[in-house]
Amino acid sequence: MKNMLSEQIKALKPSGIRKFFDIVSEMDDAISLGVGEPDFDTPWHIRDEGIYSLEKGRTFYTSNAGLKELKEEIGKYHRRKQGVTYDPAHEVLVTVGGSEAIDIGLRAVINPGDEVLIPQPSFVSYEPCAIMAGGVPVIIELKAENEFRLTAQELENAITEKTKILVLPFPNNPTGAIMERADLEAIAEVVRKHDILVMSDEIYAELTYKEKHVSIVEIEGMQERTILINGFSKAFAMTGWRLGYACGPKEIIQQMTKIHQFAIMCAPTTSQYAAVEALKNGEADVQEMRTAYNQRRRYLMNAFREMRLECFEPFGAFYVFPCIKEFGMSSEEFAERLLAEEKVAVVPGTAFGDCGEGYLRISYAYSLDNLKLAIGKLAHFVEKLRAERK
Amino acid sequence: MREELLAIVEKNSRIDLKELAVILGVEEIDVVNELAALEAEGIICGYHTMIDWEKTSIEKVSALIEVRVTPQRGQGFDTIAERIYKYPEVTSVYLISGGYDLLVTLEGKSLKEISGFVSDKLSTLDSVLSTATHFILKKYKDHGTILAKKYEDTREKVTP
Repeated sequence: MKNMLSEQIKALKPSGIRKFFDIVSEMDDAISLGVGEPDFDTPWHIRDEGIYSLEKGRTFYTSNAGLKELKEEIGKYHRRKQGVTYDPAHEVLVTVGGSEAIDIGLRAVINPGDEVLIPQPSFVSYEPCAIMAGGVPVIIELKAENEFRLTAQELENAITEKTKILVLPFPNNPTGAIMERADLEAIAEVVRKHDILVMSDEIYAELTYKEKHVSIVEIEGMQERTILINGFSKAFAMTGWRLGYACGPKEIIQQMTKIHQFAIMCAPTTSQYAAVEALKNGEADVQEMRTAYNQRRRYLMNAFREMRLECFEPFGAFYVFPCIKEFGMSSEEFAERLLAEEKVAVVPGTAFGDCGEGYLRISYAYSLDNLKLAIGKLAHFVEKLRAERK
Repeated sequence: MREELLAIVEKNSRIDLKELAVILGVEEIDVVNELAALEAEGIICGYHTMIDWEKTSIEKVSALIEVRVTPQRGQGFDTIAERIYKYPEVTSVYLISGGYDLLVTLEGKSLKEISGFVSDKLSTLDSVLSTATHFILKKYKDHGTILAKKYEDTREKVTP
């Protein structure tokens, strides 16, 4: 059969992470620092609620946009955390992970040829989702000297007549960068001036180690033009439950719900019941996990200082993004050699955009003991490379 | 820093001072002084890092609960025991011979919290027939047996 496949999909680059995954999975004894999900189990009271819902026979579809009770809890959560109000009936949509929200959020607003501003390094999905939505991705390369924050000037330089929406991925995967209130105010001013939309992916909102996370929707005039994406995967260690959500203007959520209704029907019912419990009684669990992540983050930053490996101090998510430019090799080469010679897996920065070249993503969603073991090997490798270069 | 430090040494009293300082984000001398103060105040009581929470500002109440349950066909007491021991506030669950079936020990912030757990969570479980709650007034010996399963990382090795 000729032309069996879509040209557009064929032309999409496969995720750079997939390629590395294939190499790592062939090695049984590799220590991995390459995981983008929490090492904690979902807190038991949340799992129990999921089990309970199954026992009660809650095994049917929910309404398309999600359980009423969950949408109400999501509304309360944002009222509590950000002081903003979302109408649970019209401005909240429960999705299959944050990933679905990214996909359908872009599809709901993009017309052919619209430009989508995507700061990189960032999560692997924005660019392909923008393309699949018929948009034109425009990459903004974030800089180490700005601690990988997006500056108003960088945004201003990227905006054209065709710009439709800015993707704002903070706290950031893979850099761990955050945006503070002043940073967001400067961005908001440019966004308002050019009258564009924002998709703010705040899946790591609960994992910040400086001040409390600030959302761009807290800035004046921004809630009405922002699709806020969040979910349960990172905050409550619920990746496998596949549950996220979007909050935003009624008009956009309505269209997103339409796509969701035809493509997905509704998010998993068991997960939705568990998520209600997470939002009602999960605050202490989040605090406990955040404390543990922060201890590991400090451990890693100190280890990098000791091995004289350049790394800005990240204050969000559970990643550090050290620079390996001094070794005169590509990120991929470094990661492949580290794996082959020391059996430690990290993800090359280039998996998150070309401008990730010269950097590695190291995850600290691992126990301290595990980190110590891996970091010892990394330090050994770094010394070896330095000796080679002398 | 005090609360976070205690939480660490309670689990790992052999952690070295330098590492403690690093993960707490403070100077080593601060860790040394804080540990010394904790020892002087009798909050850190020994080399096993037994922490007497009574001496901190953090309130804790313990209780032993006798629970009578209906064993389930094919599973005996295991399923109901699991149901109970997975609650983090439950510190131990034993199957007991004699007048009742399960002995549950519980730690909470107050009498009210414990009675809330018993009335809302424990007694509402289907297989539970009755409970009798005994609050602990003073701990003479705390065996603190941990029956957790060994942690196994079942995640995919590399994910976005």
